[in-house]
Amino acid sequence: MTRLPRWADLILTPLISLALAFAISAVVILAIGQDPWAALKTMVTGAVGSSYGWGYTLYYATNFIFTGLAVAVAAHAGLFNIGAEGQATLGGLGVALVCLALPWPHWALALPAAMLGGALFGAAWALIPAWLQAKRGSHVVITTIMFNFIAAALLNWVLVNVLRPPGSQDPATANFPAGTHLPTLSDMAGAIGVQWGKATPANVSFLIAIAACLLVWLLIWRTPLGYEIRAFGKSERAARYAGISPVRITVVAMLISGALAGLMAVNNVMGEAGRLVLNNVEGAGFIGIAVALMGRNHPLGIFLAALLFGFLYQGGAELALFSNIPRELITVIQALVILFTGALDNMVRMPLERLFGRRAG
Amino acid sequence: MDYATVLQILDSALRLMTPLLLACLAGLFSERSGIFDIGLEGKMLIAAFAAGAAGALTGSVWLGLGAAVLASLALAAIHGMTAITFRGNQLISGVAINFLASGLTVLLGQSWFGLGGRTPALEGGARFATITLPGAEALRGVPVVGPLYAEVLSGHTLPVYVALALVPATWWLLYRTRFGLRLRAVGDNPASVDTAGVSVVRLRWAAVAITGVLCGLAGAYLAAGLSAGFVKEMTAGRGYIALAALIFANWMPWRALGATFLFGLMEAVANRYPEIDLGPVTIPSMFMSALPYILTVIILAGFIGRATPPRAGGEPYVKER
Repeated sequence: MTRLPRWADLILTPLISLALAFAISAVVILAIGQDPWAALKTMVTGAVGSSYGWGYTLYYATNFIFTGLAVAVAAHAGLFNIGAEGQATLGGLGVALVCLALPWPHWALALPAAMLGGALFGAAWALIPAWLQAKRGSHVVITTIMFNFIAAALLNWVLVNVLRPPGSQDPATANFPAGTHLPTLSDMAGAIGVQWGKATPANVSFLIAIAACLLVWLLIWRTPLGYEIRAFGKSERAARYAGISPVRITVVAMLISGALAGLMAVNNVMGEAGRLVLNNVEGAGFIGIAVALMGRNHPLGIFLAALLFGFLYQGGAELALFSNIPRELITVIQALVILFTGALDNMVRMPLERLFGRRAG
Repeated sequence: MDYATVLQILDSALRLMTPLLLACLAGLFSERSGIFDIGLEGKMLIAAFAAGAAGALTGSVWLGLGAAVLASLALAAIHGMTAITFRGNQLISGVAINFLASGLTVLLGQSWFGLGGRTPALEGGARFATITLPGAEALRGVPVVGPLYAEVLSGHTLPVYVALALVPATWWLLYRTRFGLRLRAVGDNPASVDTAGVSVVRLRWAAVAITGVLCGLAGAYLAAGLSAGFVKEMTAGRGYIALAALIFANWMPWRALGATFLFGLMEAVANRYPEIDLGPVTIPSMFMSALPYILTVIILAGFIGRATPPRAGGEPYVKER
């Protein structure tokens, strides 16, 4: 079997997988009697055709960058973290507790504290599955799935019994104080005299997400810890022989992964909703799996894949508004992307390898 | 709590156990053959939708059941292709299948019926009929045992009895037939099966197909037995609870019955008593709903018993490694 050239591996295979996913989605749209071309046009216009569309696309993309990075860091250590959803749920709780704890005078003070809260709670939720995997050999996939459900139940209980303001029927916290309101990208553009993305939720967290991409890149490829994580992910036995502690790497990688997922809450809970509500993660943790697979676990790839899914998410919302195609179409596309880039990777790769092999030989 | 209440809860537990038991046995076949399947949820969901849709269109529960099994088999085939043919990641494939089912059911349901993802309510022949066991009425008068037989065991639909009968059948198939021996071997050490001249590929495909059929039956029961029609996301995590039960049961059929009955009972109790008042503390309903998952984590941690999965689980088989 020939190995693919690097560029084909990194760019061609994800693109072919994406094309397959879109082609099948087009067939599905045809099957329900709609026009795929018109659907695509609605999505493009709605998601990137105006600064309003971009404001939402970037907001969703911010969520997916955080969860995509979370899945990717765990994946580098050979761990499949399906628990980003639960970790982001707990991250939301951490952010909410920080925001409600003090009458914050200014967002610049509240933001670092909230980031710390979200990251700590997200990491804590990843700690138990990590420890169980490292010490007792319980499969991290199963435990993180279970922890997603436990997180949902826990949040439900906390909102109904602890954080719900007296007299309110709504299972949600009180609104956060004004000093925690993050500047939106629209505000920031306005400050330099540009009218952009009025009344959209994209906020300063987008810049934090970009910084997180850079930091993860540095961590994975430019630090000893990153080297250990990758070595452990490639071969546990070789890593162990080289004196790398499996327990330490498993726990540390999952803690970083959980913290990144928890950081997402700065965007959706603090930046957009301004209070903590039930089911606020809305599946972003699972989209992180598709984003990480599509982005080949590289921060740049994850950034681009997150933009793509941000586009799909916002485009899907517009589609549900202006056509008869429900937004669940996006779930189907997401499933197909996961299927082709993650599970049926070899199906895409084998013919390519044959093609390149023939050329080289 | 009087005897009549106990009987009602047991009756409800038996009903709620059925989809879990069917899915759990489905997972058992797949995982015993060395193929992890976290896509039980998705297969059940698409089967429930197919049963709801076909039942509503044709008015026949049998056509509904047939559609459910076919739909579930189609997703099982994707999983088989990933796990067996292309040696891909079985966990990722399971995740993809769950999302595919979650998206497709609403997409197709909304465009066919326009009810926001529901299917029209099923009536009469489009649902499974209840079966009264022989002598149920005659024995009702016998103290203690009579009502237990008449109220709890009798009066369920066909899938409930099929699920119960599948427990000894699975045990027999796994431990008393050549197929079962080979199936267990292929999950623990596929190379040995290959050396003996038996096709690993064919055995694993057979297991995946059985999984598909059983998930299909589980889904059909959800839509046409337990409820009257398909509702968006109606599996509500049952596929994952079945997975939890499978671990709880240590991949053995009789224990699967015990584990799924326990989880069914918990759900029945939680339905009947949303908040359990124990005097000084009240157990909130959220705790009851999270209990199966918490128990599974404790089992996995090895604090109660020890879970030992099939040894070759999750690994694609490559000849002549």
